[in-house]
Amino acid sequence: MSVNVSMTVNGKPVSAEVEDEMLLVNFLRDHLRLTGTHVGCDTSQCGACTIHVDGVAVKSCTMLAVQAEGSNVATIEGVSDGETLHPMQQAFKDNHGLQCGFCTPGMVMSALDIVKNNPSPTEQEVREALEGNLCRCTGYTNIVRSIIAGAKEMEAS
Amino acid sequence: MEAFNYRKAGSADEAVSTLASAADGKFLAGGMTLLPTMKQMLATPDTLVDLGGASELVGISRDGDNLVIGAMTTHATVAGSAEVHSAIPALAALASGIGDPMVRNRGTIGGSIANADPAADYPAAVVGLNATVNTNKRSIAADEFFVDVFETALADDELVVSVSFPIPAKAAYQKFPNPASRYAVVGVMVAQTGDGVRVAVTGAGPSVFRASSFEDALGGNFSASALDGLSVSADNLNEDIHASAAYRANLVGVMAKRAVAAC
Repeated sequence: MSVNVSMTVNGKPVSAEVEDEMLLVNFLRDHLRLTGTHVGCDTSQCGACTIHVDGVAVKSCTMLAVQAEGSNVATIEGVSDGETLHPMQQAFKDNHGLQCGFCTPGMVMSALDIVKNNPSPTEQEVREALEGNLCRCTGYTNIVRSIIAGAKEMEAS
Repeated sequence: MEAFNYRKAGSADEAVSTLASAADGKFLAGGMTLLPTMKQMLATPDTLVDLGGASELVGISRDGDNLVIGAMTTHATVAGSAEVHSAIPALAALASGIGDPMVRNRGTIGGSIANADPAADYPAAVVGLNATVNTNKRSIAADEFFVDVFETALADDELVVSVSFPIPAKAAYQKFPNPASRYAVVGVMVAQTGDGVRVAVTGAGPSVFRASSFEDALGGNFSASALDGLSVSADNLNEDIHASAAYRANLVGVMAKRAVAAC
């Protein structure tokens, strides 16, 4: 069966006919060509597919596109202000918070969710809040530094 | 994932009637287990009835000496609820340790207990706190609800509506989490309830169970030292790459003592 879904993605209304079983991440990547949201493990563990649905961080590989009907979806593509990086993105760049970059979109989306709930997180709080995001390159240290620096920059600006 | 028909229900009643009209339907709560299970083809329902539109299934309220949590209330909501923190802080702490933040934002209490994963956290709370599971048909006592691995007393067409937790005098939950999944290798809820001391163990066996020898000892002397020398049998406990049955049996004692100390 197919179904018409409509939602707002990064501020723009979108609509498409999709199969009932289409995952939200595949809708974003294959239909909307928003390929910044990655599919890492496809088993809800790695967090590379993290996006925000109605302001809340979710794993888009474990949600159906049709479940996002009427929702407000934010992906990594909507984070920057044109060519100007968001303070959190800039913090990842400045603090070497990425190596291969595969996990980074999910890390940034989780980071923004962490800061929304806790504007000045401690290192321990960031580490606990990153439970659902896996990185195989960095050893996390620079990711944690990036998020703390990004949080400070966001609070200042 | 195999093809299926998606139906969104606007209410609990509509969900039940929609499921009844499907040949092999399943309720979709948060989907944190069901969707991965369907990706692996371990479940292939022909219809998913999404409960996400049934707003009466969401919410937390006090009903006398009970805390009532709607089936579609997420783990994040329970973990962050001032009402839960003041009534049963152990329950808020348990919810805050399930999975990871994104899983807690979608996963629900009703979905968790209906799935009855042997390593899930909520079954320890339901049994340890002597909760009542309210469905569209009846109320089920905690001790009757969980039957076996992924098996509950729920009929195929029965929907969990809410869980009612009697507020305990004291309670604490301690778990030894799998470092990757955060599922409980062993988790123990200890509570002083109107029904006496209850000790519920998840992760260790095919289904949540009560450690009656621990309950008896703690009933006489509610201190961690009361559990010295006591153990649960390793017979029929779970064994996998993470822990042997004997290791799990030992962990039950360790987690129970920690829970008593945390009460």
